[in-house]
Amino acid sequence: MKRLSFLVAQIATTLLAAPVPAATIAITGGTVLTGVGEESIAGGTVIIRDGRIVAVGAGLPVPAGATIIDARGKTVTPGIIAGMSDLGIDEVGGVRETNDSGARTAPWSAALDLSTAINGNSVHIPVGRMGGVTRAVVGPGAESDIFGGQGVVITLAQGADPVMRPRAFQFVELGENGAGLAGGSRPAAWASLTSALAEAARYAANPAGYDRGLSRDSLAKAPDIAALVPVLRGTMPLVVHAERASDIVQVLGLKARYPALRPILIGAREAWLVADRIAAAGVPVITLSLFDLPDDFETLASSRSNVGLLQAAGVTVAMGLFGGDSAAQPRNLPYFAGNAVAQAAVPGATGLTRGQALATITANPARIFGLTDLGTLSVGKRGDVVIWDGDPLDVTGAPIAVLIDGVAQPMRSRQTDLAERYKSLGRSDLPLQYPR
Amino acid sequence: MRLGWQSILATLALSACAGKAPPPAATAGGAPTEIVAAPSDPWPSQYKPYPGVTTVIRGATIYDGAGRKYAPGMVRIENGKVAEIGGSVAIPTGATVIDAPGQYVTAGIIDIHSHLGAYATPGVEAHSDGNEATSPARPEVWAEHSVWPQDPGFSRAIAGGITALHVLPGSANLFGGRGTTLKPVYARSVQEMKFPGAPYSLKMACGENPKRVYGAKNQMPQTRMGNIAYARQAWADAAGYKRRWDDYTRRAKAGTAKPTDAPRRELAGDTLMGVLSGDILVQNHCYRADEMANVIAMSHEFGYKVTAFHHAVESYKIADMLKAEGICSAMWADWYGFKMESFDGIRENIALVDNAGACAIVHSDDANGIQRLNQEAAKAMAAGRRMGMALAPEHVWTWLAINPARGLGIDKRTGSLEVGKAADLVLWNADPLSVQGRAMKVWIDGALMYDWGDPKRRATSDFELGQPGVGEPK
Repeated sequence: MKRLSFLVAQIATTLLAAPVPAATIAITGGTVLTGVGEESIAGGTVIIRDGRIVAVGAGLPVPAGATIIDARGKTVTPGIIAGMSDLGIDEVGGVRETNDSGARTAPWSAALDLSTAINGNSVHIPVGRMGGVTRAVVGPGAESDIFGGQGVVITLAQGADPVMRPRAFQFVELGENGAGLAGGSRPAAWASLTSALAEAARYAANPAGYDRGLSRDSLAKAPDIAALVPVLRGTMPLVVHAERASDIVQVLGLKARYPALRPILIGAREAWLVADRIAAAGVPVITLSLFDLPDDFETLASSRSNVGLLQAAGVTVAMGLFGGDSAAQPRNLPYFAGNAVAQAAVPGATGLTRGQALATITANPARIFGLTDLGTLSVGKRGDVVIWDGDPLDVTGAPIAVLIDGVAQPMRSRQTDLAERYKSLGRSDLPLQYPR
Repeated sequence: MRLGWQSILATLALSACAGKAPPPAATAGGAPTEIVAAPSDPWPSQYKPYPGVTTVIRGATIYDGAGRKYAPGMVRIENGKVAEIGGSVAIPTGATVIDAPGQYVTAGIIDIHSHLGAYATPGVEAHSDGNEATSPARPEVWAEHSVWPQDPGFSRAIAGGITALHVLPGSANLFGGRGTTLKPVYARSVQEMKFPGAPYSLKMACGENPKRVYGAKNQMPQTRMGNIAYARQAWADAAGYKRRWDDYTRRAKAGTAKPTDAPRRELAGDTLMGVLSGDILVQNHCYRADEMANVIAMSHEFGYKVTAFHHAVESYKIADMLKAEGICSAMWADWYGFKMESFDGIRENIALVDNAGACAIVHSDDANGIQRLNQEAAKAMAAGRRMGMALAPEHVWTWLAINPARGLGIDKRTGSLEVGKAADLVLWNADPLSVQGRAMKVWIDGALMYDWGDPKRRATSDFELGQPGVGEPK
């Protein structure tokens, strides 16, 4: 039996090109937050074999030959799943050629397949991973039309093929953005949506007979329409950006007209005003916990209690980043989750329990996107485990080890390299840009 | 003692109603000679503190903002000031006593970089008043004249423990205009929000923004070298403007100049001359270390001082230089990567600057960030501790209080809970250097201006009246 005194981090800094999974790993002695309800196992053990979790509990025997990770005094959680992000598609937001999040002048929209853009060597992936993020939903921005194209789910594992699930969902803008993209009004956006879905039904009935529609100004191009068929059939969810309560109600109404459709709301800042209706429709929500300003006329009712009130109504809520910083800051998802817990202390406000908050960045995004073998520390799930030096839901806690599919990940990024280089500014025999 | 033009004007302005001609000064020759001059503070603060009551908070952990901790401590506020602080303070008859065991009291947070009011929410085009992007040099514009006092953001800021904030123009221009320090206290005019006696700042910018904005218009500056050349010419012109006024003032005092000899007053020149005289503080948007070094060289060439670099994501690369120059860095905890010049941002930046002995400030530049600067400081503290720095919480609080107060020239009045200073303080329900800490009560000049449990002590901007969600705790 090998014993690794703290920790994997040390091995990992050697930056093996392709880390080899130890056949059996036992993470012992930590406080294990499984992500299932409020479950917290003091002195818990998590055993991973061949990349999957095979046992979780207190006082479990460690299998012979297992590599032991001593997590005494630490907290153990499932890997964080970013419910939305720009990881792998946006390197420097302001440098257009490094940013594949939108395609303003493209002739295509729904057909755009974001999995073709994923760059597993993005510097933001190690940064996110060091923050405990092990998987991420990556979504396109809609810029050419109300449809942004098809998003993707990625793994942040070092050396792995990052694309876990291509074409995981379609993205559509309604509300103010959708109105702008469709020609200037909400009705225009809705006409675009319903017309496209009608075309998709026509296409599905007879793909071979469908006009290709490839003139640049065609309202319905066959590749875009074909991409909407799985949306219409409900085999691909439709992530809908809507903020204003009235827009959200309109989205819920889609289910009456297209029963198979599986909408997922994103943004949804005024969702708390219609929380019961969202819950009744079984529509999940991806948002963040700290919106409290009337940033636009569609977000006037923004409230930090939104997440708590949705949860209380029975809506499945996940945290995700969209807009600026969505590549750089998925590491801040625990900060958003922790702040949702803090909100509960404010008189008259509504927050989340710790278990609920952890679920918004683990189990719930897994559930929303059908990642059935991720999101909790449960037998049979993939071995995505994070070991924290403090409270995972606080800004002062940080991962000291991250495992993805049972493989310890390097705890090194371009940022740690920079910090290391400049931690001492004293002049030496050679400039700082030489190895020391 | 400063003998520049501005200080003469300041003296005159004190004895005269702003806007009226100053009274004639007697000269040795007996004939009165009027020195024609611009008033140094023609739009003075009209802020008046709201009434407070003598209040004692006891049992809390106190971070005084200047690096001291009292745990448990007591503080008494009286007549708008800190009257006593320590392990034990006197409790006068009739004082309101707040028992706060397990809670925290801190000096109010001061944000040195805000655009509240100038880029108000809702963020519609009609509210875009932060960049007068019509010339790379617009030192004549003042951010306060863009401030909409009904920005809903002010109410969110005070709920985050903010007791003073500096509103700056944007960074499209090399010279963006004047910044003004405000209190997050709603009023009918911006003058009623102005921090009394706070000096003005000049917002400057280096790097990508000015060259992008004007390069796109095919005019100078289009490059970083254009940025510096343009700014140097502006400083050279400002030096000439100052010489003309200094010369005129000297001659007028000697009785050899007539009022009509006074140079033409140029508002842009007034601002730059104020910097050269040391009365206006330079707040300089700059990301990259090498560009900060260039700006420092420019300040040496023209004889002015940069008070703080803002954003300063690469301050950690030149922390020793910043210490030697006595320049503060106003920084985010973890923003990086959104533009080329922010690519090298690291979470250790603030702690490394502090560790080098330079002045570290946590700033927001953001209507959301301003609500949680305490948590941003906590992130930076945690990053520094992981690098091996001790970083006591009471020291970390200096990044939020006395250091920004120094960077704004208001440290004699606020920025720490020291006897005689303004009673600008916050009571937190839990450790404010964690996600759990929320402001329960916020006092400004001893008046309770925010109370999380009392709707009568929570302000609502005019804009939000009659809108969905109005009055809900945010």
